Amino acid sequence: MNLFAQEVPLSWYLLLSAALFSLGVVGFLIKRNLITIFMSIELMLNGVNLSFVTFAHQWHQVKGQIFVFFVMMVAAAEAAVGLAIIIAIFRARATLAVDRIDRMKL
Amino acid sequence: MHLILFFIFAGLCLAGAINMLLQSHPIASALSLIVVMTSLAVLYLLLGAEFLAAAQIIVYAGAIMVLFTFVVMLLNAGREERTQGSRVASLVGFPAVAVILALIATVILHVQGLGTASLSQGITSTEELSVVLFTKLLLPFEVTSVLILIAILGAVALARRGHGDQVVSVPQKKTEGR
Repeated sequence: MNLFAQEVPLSWYLLLSAALFSLGVVGFLIKRNLITIFMSIELMLNGVNLSFVTFAHQWHQVKGQIFVFFVMMVAAAEAAVGLAIIIAIFRARATLAVDRIDRMKL
Repeated sequence: MHLILFFIFAGLCLAGAINMLLQSHPIASALSLIVVMTSLAVLYLLLGAEFLAAAQIIVYAGAIMVLFTFVVMLLNAGREERTQGSRVASLVGFPAVAVILALIATVILHVQGLGTASLSQGITSTEELSVVLFTKLLLPFEVTSVLILIAILGAVALARRGHGDQVVSVPQKKTEGR
């Protein structure tokens, strides 16, 4: 069997994307640092993007890839605003541990 | 060749993601996330999305992660303290994650008609992508630019030091293990 001519089933890509998404959720639950929690959200977005690209490849549709492009743009906007909020929180509370950020009012 | 590349980069992807969860220092987590995003770019290229592979490296691994590492260094974020976490997370969260993963996996493994990917199948050119983006999807594209503008203004307004924003001395209360 020629290993170089092997094809990869698309379900493996989907399983990888599901695994990435779940790891993102687990990170969101177990992490105790505000920035790392935010990174877990980015990991979830990346997992979903992979499944979009996989389905775009399956159905030969360009729109799936364009949707990933939009998700990337929204993620960039979200990262800018979210990190600004994190800086504001750090300025007011002098900590990043989520256990100590338990009040809405400054 | 496709199989070998897939195994290498899918493995890198999963290893980076798991490493991100295990590391306790935020900068180490950020670097592992860069590994995840770069190997995802290679996977996009394997699936024939050349523009997205480039955009993944430039936007995600470049811009967003540079922003993350910049904030980590700016705030001098140290090693995170391990606490118990909330009881709701351990009682409801982890079983729910396991159930969702199992559900998705069974659905994926049982679905019929999913094709395969190989290197010979050609790639979607950027030209093909941009024709659809700038004709059929022009309005969403323009709306996204407005969104980016609002995000820039919001980030500037949030991060700058306001007038009534005096530096309060935070009482360093001990975290009670919850």
